[in-house]
Amino acid sequence: MLDVLIVDDSAAIRKILQRVLRQAEIPIGAVYEASDGVEALEMLKKQTVGLILSDINMPNMDGLEFLTKVRAEQAWQSLPIVMVSTEGTQAKVLEAVERGASGYVRKPFTAAQIKEKLAGLF
Amino acid sequence: MTPQINMPAEITQAELVTAIEGATHEVFSTMLNLPLVAGSVFVEKEEKTPTSGVVSLIGLAGAWVGTGSLSCSAALACKIASHFLMAEYEAVSEDVLDSVAEVTNMIIGNVKTHLENRLGGMGLSTPTVIYGRNFQTRSTKNREWTVVPFDCEGERLCVQVCIVPNADAEGKTVRSGFPVPHVLNV
Repeated sequence: MLDVLIVDDSAAIRKILQRVLRQAEIPIGAVYEASDGVEALEMLKKQTVGLILSDINMPNMDGLEFLTKVRAEQAWQSLPIVMVSTEGTQAKVLEAVERGASGYVRKPFTAAQIKEKLAGLF
Repeated sequence: MTPQINMPAEITQAELVTAIEGATHEVFSTMLNLPLVAGSVFVEKEEKTPTSGVVSLIGLAGAWVGTGSLSCSAALACKIASHFLMAEYEAVSEDVLDSVAEVTNMIIGNVKTHLENRLGGMGLSTPTVIYGRNFQTRSTKNREWTVVPFDCEGERLCVQVCIVPNADAEGKTVRSGFPVPHVLNV
């Protein structure tokens, strides 16, 4: 079972991603939520997860800064992190990859697209 | 003929309208499964009469600055939330406003991606959603909006953008590259 952390400032997207993960037939265990990078880092200190889905444009700490801080910790260097964002330019995607993203899905997305992305990671 | 506004040389009004229509159709088909029929594009400098319903605003900033907006009736906002969250919403609630905000974020975010190829990098603000009756909206500095109306199962939805060069940008622009497909294998 995979414990997941979903990071997005939209409560609606967090609900949708949970539903999409289950539709994608991913064996999900616990799902933790955070509304920005600061909350997400605090959550990671308390909970062990096997996957992170993170938005980029968020208040307080955006997804790219969050990604950089996660990868700076040895314990989290191999943790799969998929960015889920409206940012769709090549430059932004490459920046996410350079900072350590395991994958990138652009919003809007379908369950099939999430499933395809995660199939490549597990 | 669509009334023309004084669009910057780097982007035509037709290109802006194509970006808005494409982004809106993509969001409504991918995440809402709601049909949309685009209407005749028009230019609006200010709202002439008070309106009611839901308006969602999101800012754009960089070498160009502006605002993107989505407006609809409360009934359509509830329908959007019902399809987005796959739950029934009969009255505007926090979930409904959050859904409209995120739909606006996705539409204008994708319009931004298209604009960035021509206008350079831009940031996107978090959305602000307003719900009420008998209110008017105003843009500062006499800005003009390109408005794309849609019909969604008998309800009207408007997606509109106004964008102008950033007078404080000192001519610095950053070209962000080309849009990428949905799923990137890295």
